[in-house]
Amino acid sequence: MSEPPLIEVEDLNVSFPGRGGLTRAVRGASFSLGRERLGIVGESGSGKSTTGWALLGLVPRPGIVTARRMSLSGTDLLSLGESDWQSLRGRRMSMVMQDPKYSLNPVLRVGRQIQETYRLHHRSSAAEARRHALAMLEAVRIRDADQVFHLYPHQLSGGMGQRVMIAMMLIAEPDLLIADEPTSALDVTVQNQVLRILDDLVTVRGMGLIFISHNLTIVSSFCDRVLVMYGGRIVEECKADELDRAKHPYTRALIRAAPSLASYQPELSVVVRDPEWLA
Amino acid sequence: MTGSLRQWLASDQPASRRQAVLGNLARGAKAIITNPAALTGLLIVIALLIVALFAPLIAGRISPIAQDLAARLAPPSSAHWFGTDELGRDIYARTVHGARVTLTIVMLVAVFVAPIGLAVGTAAGYLGGWVDALLMRITDIFLAFPRLVLALAFAAALGPGIENAVIAISLTAWPPYARIARAETVTIARSDFIAAVVLQGAASARILFRHIVPLCLSSVIVRLTLDMAGIILTAAGLGFLGLGAQPPTAEWGAMVSSGRDVILDQWWVATIPGLAIFIVSLGFNLLGDGLRDVLDPKNA
Amino acid sequence: MAGGTEMKGLAAGRPAFAVVRRFAAFLGSLLLTFLGLTAVTFGIGRFIPVDPVLAVVGDHATRAVYDKTYLAMGLDRPVPVQYLIYLRKLVSGDFGQSVMTSRPVLSDLMQFFPATFELATIATLIGVIIGVPAGVTAGALKGRWPDHLVRIVGLFGYSMPVFWLGLVGLFVFYGKLGWVSGPGRLDVAYDDIVTSRTGIILVDSLIEGEWAVFRNAIAHLILPAGILGYFSLAYIARMTRSFMIEQLSQEYVVAARVKGRSFWGAVWHHAFPNIMVALITVIGLSYASLLEGAVLTETVFAWPGLGLYITHSLFNADMNAVLGGTLMVGAVFIGVNLLCDLLYKIFDPRLRTQ
Repeated sequence: MSEPPLIEVEDLNVSFPGRGGLTRAVRGASFSLGRERLGIVGESGSGKSTTGWALLGLVPRPGIVTARRMSLSGTDLLSLGESDWQSLRGRRMSMVMQDPKYSLNPVLRVGRQIQETYRLHHRSSAAEARRHALAMLEAVRIRDADQVFHLYPHQLSGGMGQRVMIAMMLIAEPDLLIADEPTSALDVTVQNQVLRILDDLVTVRGMGLIFISHNLTIVSSFCDRVLVMYGGRIVEECKADELDRAKHPYTRALIRAAPSLASYQPELSVVVRDPEWLA
Repeated sequence: MTGSLRQWLASDQPASRRQAVLGNLARGAKAIITNPAALTGLLIVIALLIVALFAPLIAGRISPIAQDLAARLAPPSSAHWFGTDELGRDIYARTVHGARVTLTIVMLVAVFVAPIGLAVGTAAGYLGGWVDALLMRITDIFLAFPRLVLALAFAAALGPGIENAVIAISLTAWPPYARIARAETVTIARSDFIAAVVLQGAASARILFRHIVPLCLSSVIVRLTLDMAGIILTAAGLGFLGLGAQPPTAEWGAMVSSGRDVILDQWWVATIPGLAIFIVSLGFNLLGDGLRDVLDPKNA
Repeated sequence: MAGGTEMKGLAAGRPAFAVVRRFAAFLGSLLLTFLGLTAVTFGIGRFIPVDPVLAVVGDHATRAVYDKTYLAMGLDRPVPVQYLIYLRKLVSGDFGQSVMTSRPVLSDLMQFFPATFELATIATLIGVIIGVPAGVTAGALKGRWPDHLVRIVGLFGYSMPVFWLGLVGLFVFYGKLGWVSGPGRLDVAYDDIVTSRTGIILVDSLIEGEWAVFRNAIAHLILPAGILGYFSLAYIARMTRSFMIEQLSQEYVVAARVKGRSFWGAVWHHAFPNIMVALITVIGLSYASLLEGAVLTETVFAWPGLGLYITHSLFNADMNAVLGGTLMVGAVFIGVNLLCDLLYKIFDPRLRTQ
């Protein structure tokens, strides 16, 4: 391995000053990522999304981000200036957010929003950007790309919207995609479809993927490796197919709490929390 | 003792209705007092009240209408703190007494506008159907009017004077209150506790006056505070045009108007009462903003 | 927002029909509001203690003349019929005679309106050019000093009596500093050089290439327009700020940053297009209310516009002129209001294609 890993994070801390002192959203998280699919699981407030924002340098004010090391393919992210960040976002790493209803700009046509990402990072003519955008729409399996190109976001269904979102975030061919609950807002029937498209694109383009979700089942079937976060800490890291051998009591409790078709459970178990886990 | 009282007020789980109401008041009061802008507004409004109440004392027993033609248009001095006007009247005394007129107008408008708005709004919202359509259409028509020009036309028709200015302003100021009251009524009327009251066999009038009107009142009051500045400015505008209080009553707008012709040489005649209008409406604006921040943090 | 998960847009049918229906509704509400407006002016006209017959025939008319005029004015008919007569006259452009100028009120209004239009338009331009960027900046930097500055400037604007600010402005910039010209639209020396085509002196002087007149008109216009512009600015900036804050909390703004937009790029290219539609309404409302604010400003600056006409008529008990002026301002006000409403519905893609 001569090539540095795609992402290296050591001792990442994110905290928000508030009335009652600092709220520590992420505490001492360390992990690394190659061109693989890494799942981050945890309940709301566990710091999984904040970790994603920190990687993109978009932790909202007045959040404070510190880390011993945070790099993308060897580029030190901690020392980046704002304009470096801008040329990096979208081009080298990108993010698909939860609900296309809110994450697509409602008054701009779909085509324009997809082209925008391309043109922010490539010097190109309008025609060329348009060609790329149409190709990208086809890559996310939208059939009438020409027509969809001219629609406004509210004219799309949820699944279509999320595919447009993926197209918009991948058109500049980033090396890393962070998907933050990309299917939680969708109907169950469309979820799989969107996941498959995401899966294909990541595989074909050889990207790294960080898949953030609260859904252990999806993550374990979709990812190579899983991080489990609890209270801002990474409490467990293991291969997805070895989850059943997880050591941390929280992970084990999570697995127990998930309903399963394989065995009959008269009552789902509830996670009993131990204050020790936060220590 | 004070500590336990503070705790009692701040409790998340009030044991009685009184504790809940007082606790909310205390939280609101604290939010106003800790917000410098709102506090400034509150102090200005309190100052206006004090000045209006004790005008003769504060004016140092100088009559606001006593003329002294020998001392016409005198600049500010120790004898006349703010100078004198074209009839030699003391501008300080007139400004202080003007607070009374302003306060009277503002209070009278509030007394007229809130009931009209409430009546129209709650009736429209509760009765619905064609009553609603008709009342709201009328409200919209009034809302679409330019306020000052309409007030002007009314004042012209009714003749000049404070009472007529109040009526003119009220006639143009009620529509927003009707809108607010209607919106609130529609939500309240759909709620379960009203359904319960209906099941108990209460008459419509009783439901309206005992249950719906009291609940609309708070948003109407906030709106009134925010509107006060506008009312003061409209009243002063009418006064400036000669349609408000008639001479020799000291009214700020009319005082500015009397200083118009001498603005280039005797600036104080127009400037001082204008400053009073400005400060008082700024006070109401600051207080209103603060109140809205407390009651509706979303728009802060 | 009804409709399932299927693609709504491709089938979003009958757009032409929807536009027609919306336009009909627009015309309907326009008509109703105008009826209301005329009912109010008619009511005020009936309400005044002045005897309308005496106002026409004068105090010295004989009984016979008085009675004849009384009948000719239709005053013996029932009130609703009188209202209809009033309406029919209005529609045919008959606003009655002005006692003060002894001319038809309508031609008076036509003569005075351009001055007000000129003043309000320039003031709105000032309000938009400064107010919109100021509001956007304040909203984007919420809670920091530019925001506080804009808020204070706005609060002052909301609290100042316009007539007083006008007088103080005259005292300082005309009396003390001599930077601007005094009241009126032109110095006497420049009167009647330019023939009135549009009635808007800035335009008329440009058409004839009279630069001296143009400059003089600007020198007279700048102070009243600046003062009205300040009030417009205060309102526009405050509304822009709150729209901006609302939009900047939306996820699509973050998405734009993820794509590689700078913060200000996201503000102007993404959040701003979303507030533009609402801004149209705000600017329209501010424009309409300037026509009204002009009543006081014109009095202070002796600006021969609608406002001055209305107030002068008022003191001459010239009720036809007052009501005609009120009707005119009201009509413009309502027209602008409804136009904004219509533009809103046309320009917002979410409303347009539903």
